[in-house]
Amino acid sequence: MSAKLAVTTLVLAGAMSTALATLATAAPLTKAEADAAVAAKKEKCFGVALKGQNDCAAGPGTTCQGTSTADFQGNAWKFVQGGTCTSIELPGGKKGSLKPV
Amino acid sequence: MPPEQNPSFAAAFAPALLDPTRTVPAIVTGPNGKAAGRRYAVYRNNVTVSLIDALAAIYPAVLRITGPDFFRAMARFHVRRTPPASPLLFDYGHGFPDFIAQYEHAQAVPWLADVARIERAWLDAYHARDAAPLSPARLSAIVPERLADIVFTPHPALGIVRSPFSAVTIFAANRDDAPVERIDASTPEDALITRPEFDVTVRRLPPGGAVFAACLASGRSLGEAAASALEASPEFDIASNIAGLIEAGAFTSLAPGDA
Repeated sequence: MSAKLAVTTLVLAGAMSTALATLATAAPLTKAEADAAVAAKKEKCFGVALKGQNDCAAGPGTTCQGTSTADFQGNAWKFVQGGTCTSIELPGGKKGSLKPV
Repeated sequence: MPPEQNPSFAAAFAPALLDPTRTVPAIVTGPNGKAAGRRYAVYRNNVTVSLIDALAAIYPAVLRITGPDFFRAMARFHVRRTPPASPLLFDYGHGFPDFIAQYEHAQAVPWLADVARIERAWLDAYHARDAAPLSPARLSAIVPERLADIVFTPHPALGIVRSPFSAVTIFAANRDDAPVERIDASTPEDALITRPEFDVTVRRLPPGGAVFAACLASGRSLGEAAASALEASPEFDIASNIAGLIEAGAFTSLAPGDA
């Protein structure tokens, strides 16, 4: 048995007994975060969004998504209204932004 | 055979559904043999919108982060180039995170693809096969000399997502309707996704934890996994990581490895 393995066995044995004694030291999300993530109402109502629809699902007055060839990409940066991305920052004070770089 | 079950009918009917530059298939006719271009357009529209809606249902945090207009425009580009491979809509969109990662207009939000990866792992865990998590008692029965050699069987719902950004925090803050406080996106975060019973849970993994969990999930021994994790992160703590993975329900069984 190599010295390295002997140390590993000893370390592992100590770690395992500590682990079994505690079994509660992972870093779970805070209660609020976990509740929010677990609630996930949209998934639990999955069938509503995913069942077949026989009428025009896009609704009246909406661009017909199936046949439109309009270029959404060119003005996609305008579509940020309603999003939360501006609350999320990268270093240097640069906020998340959906504007073209 | 009804026309919709005839392979040659489907082969003629389907290709134009996600490609608006194609003409309406000649086999599509209305009463009295008239052309039915508008009827086909309704069908086309529903295919596209239902797939975009599926992505919106699978990726609600991405939707909330980008806002619905940006999301639906981005989703439509993905839908057009990625027809479903399965009739199960919850199985659609596995390629969406990679699409987001290279999507031109999402380059300023480089953490978005990782948030999507966590959402995908969440839904995969939700639909994973039921299995009882490993009981801690199984571990306490292992003699110390054998510990380094034991291997684990990953739980069917186990998912690991590594990110150089604060993807877990951003994910958690956007999965419901509560206001989003300012988030610094620059802290690397790795996610552990499990579903020990019926509720999917997402946890942040401590330093080295993702390497450790991924090694164990791929069938490497406890000794090898601990060594790899320590190499990746000197602050890796074996005890808390073992405890955390067992508590989260990451594994279903263990076996003595080859001596």
